[in-house]
Amino acid sequence: MVGSPHKVSQVAQTPNRARVRRASRLAPWIKTLTPWLFISPFVIIFSVFTAFPLFFSAYLSFQEWNPVAGLSSMQFVGLENYRTALDDPWMWKSLYNTAWLAVVSGIPQHVIAIPVAYLLVTAVRAGVRQVYTATFFVPFITSTVAISLIFYTIYSGNAGILNQWLLAASKWPVFSWGLGWVEEAMPIRWLSSSDLIKPSIAFVVIWKYTGFNIVIYSAGFLTVSKDLYDAGKVDGCNAWQQFWHIALPMIRPFAFFAVTLTIIGNLQMFEEPFVLTSGDSGGVGQSGLTASYYLYLVGWEWLEMGAAAAISWVLFLFIAIATSVHFYFNGRKGMGGDR
Amino acid sequence: MKKTIASSLAAGLLAAMALPSLADGIRVDGFPPFDTHFDKQVNVFNEAHPDIAVTYQMNEHGDHHKKLTTNLATQSGAGDVVIVDVSFVGAFINAGGFVNLSDAPYNAGQFKDGFVSYAWNQGQGSDGNQYGIPIDIGPGVMFYRRDVLESVGAEIDGVISDWNSYIEYGRKLKDKGVYLIADAGDVARIIVRTTLQEGEGLFFDADGNSLVTSDRFDNAFTIAKQIRDEGLDGQIGAWTGEWYDGFKNGTVATQLSGAWLLGHLQNWMAPDTAGKWGASNLPGGIYGSWGGSFLAIPAQSENPAQAWEFIKYLTTQPDPQIDSLKDLGAFPVLLETYGDAAFDEPLDFLAGQKARRLFADVAKKVPAVTPMKGDLIAEDIVMNGALAEVLNDGKDIEQALKDADRLLKRRIK
Repeated sequence: MVGSPHKVSQVAQTPNRARVRRASRLAPWIKTLTPWLFISPFVIIFSVFTAFPLFFSAYLSFQEWNPVAGLSSMQFVGLENYRTALDDPWMWKSLYNTAWLAVVSGIPQHVIAIPVAYLLVTAVRAGVRQVYTATFFVPFITSTVAISLIFYTIYSGNAGILNQWLLAASKWPVFSWGLGWVEEAMPIRWLSSSDLIKPSIAFVVIWKYTGFNIVIYSAGFLTVSKDLYDAGKVDGCNAWQQFWHIALPMIRPFAFFAVTLTIIGNLQMFEEPFVLTSGDSGGVGQSGLTASYYLYLVGWEWLEMGAAAAISWVLFLFIAIATSVHFYFNGRKGMGGDR
Repeated sequence: MKKTIASSLAAGLLAAMALPSLADGIRVDGFPPFDTHFDKQVNVFNEAHPDIAVTYQMNEHGDHHKKLTTNLATQSGAGDVVIVDVSFVGAFINAGGFVNLSDAPYNAGQFKDGFVSYAWNQGQGSDGNQYGIPIDIGPGVMFYRRDVLESVGAEIDGVISDWNSYIEYGRKLKDKGVYLIADAGDVARIIVRTTLQEGEGLFFDADGNSLVTSDRFDNAFTIAKQIRDEGLDGQIGAWTGEWYDGFKNGTVATQLSGAWLLGHLQNWMAPDTAGKWGASNLPGGIYGSWGGSFLAIPAQSENPAQAWEFIKYLTTQPDPQIDSLKDLGAFPVLLETYGDAAFDEPLDFLAGQKARRLFADVAKKVPAVTPMKGDLIAEDIVMNGALAEVLNDGKDIEQALKDADRLLKRRIK
């Protein structure tokens, strides 16, 4: 690619006729190569940072490799890594946790985002709406680690603001009927008792990503033509019916998009559980151990890169199945195929 | 335009390639608080070796070892000298990434007799060659708040005479709203580090068989569980804000740890509590080591000779060893230093106690722990996994250890 100007200058010194012939022979090449030249930045970056790691991890999953010993220490072990992975209780625990977190932290994001976005679009002035949307969006663009560290402090058993607040609330007459148990249960160990870790993580995820979905759904509701609502009103639709029978069906492609992102993102969840369990092998009883977290643990803490690569492919399969189920049931309609 | 980009790219590449090979300079990779140590030592070292420029790169403890893993895997980017924590030694040292220091021109064997023997042996690979030179060790001791002790009218000798009296002390404290210890898990963590047979690892015997179901673990877990079940500990994780607060406010009465905790306490965790602390032997008359670091030269280093000079200076010379004791609270590995006057200095932070003498006595009695290949995995599965399930979820100890043992066997072949 860089060589071609060089060649042209060489050609310039040769006699005229030859030059014409050479140039005409080069022309088709230049024509074929030009588009490649233009997309080469992408191709190079893609091959180095995506394609190569992909194939390398596939290759690695059939090897036993302690990275500390250098590349030359790889040993072919066949399917051994996959056998170990499928026979590993922590692996299944982590897949279960991943699925649990994906569902529990995924569904509320949408259940909250859809009505909020609808209200923002239909009931609030555009200027005000943008302020709200931007505010809801802030958690999404804030560093996950920073957020998780703050929630770590909020959840802290002895000094955390959540426990302090619950305690204070339980003393108010208004709340005391429902929060009478609080004083007894103090200090609640949000992040160090196995049955509370997952809900605590899920809450952080919901808090962080709902705003993103609100933005997607707001954009969706904005595309719904006013004529449709007007037609509905003429036919006697009430507000609820307008939402349920007009707005919701119209934003199906947006919902499909948002849900797909949530599924993939949640199944890869790593930072939130990692920081909230302070990197301590998944927290008590590995309750916060997600699949990404586990493959990190196996690869980088236990120095078994081959086994970690095998786990990553099991996780890939898991995500692929979940996404294809979603595509199968929601895909055609979701992508607007029925319009 | 294109040309400038290309040439600046090329220049950048060249600069990047030129970086690691600074003429005759060496870089040390490590973790704090070693930077404090080097701030002083590099200058002294350069008086004798003006031709060896030393720079150092510090990362947090965990990040440093992760970076080192990557550097060894890719065989590039590691410093000429690297600090390796004892818990990583087992996994790192046999992997072939470090220079064999037993061979000429290093002949590390000549220094063997000067070192605390167990620490020296920990730096050996399974082939019997020396790959890491110990720079500090962690004699296991108990730090306690004197004011808290006085407030319940207890005597330290009585408290540590056995684990029952330690727990009894905790019961008295509970009435006052003070925790005996931040995390009962630390009790289990120190007990498994004691009562080892010669040549054993923490989790494996000399042949690499798991020891997780042995009495050592059962006993350690049982005592920790009793403390947790009676509500005597704060369930506070180490290295968290709450942990530091406990030390600052006196809401936590004791902490079992390596002697190095002293340096952290007085330098940044709770400097305002100077004079309120004391140090003692571990409860129950046990001796164990907790922590310790090694220096090694990655095989990829281009200046191993200079690196070796710096290592020799830091580890085999008494002065830097004594300095690190004074500045960091890092305990010397060099036996000849134990006769130094610094050991009889009263420590203001510990209310004038001559605690270094105590640390040295402990260091001499500590049983050797042999680093093993599977240490990192076992640490996660047993001391994080099984222990947390026993303490927080009330899982049966025997069952938890059996499960952990099975998991370990599956992973370690």
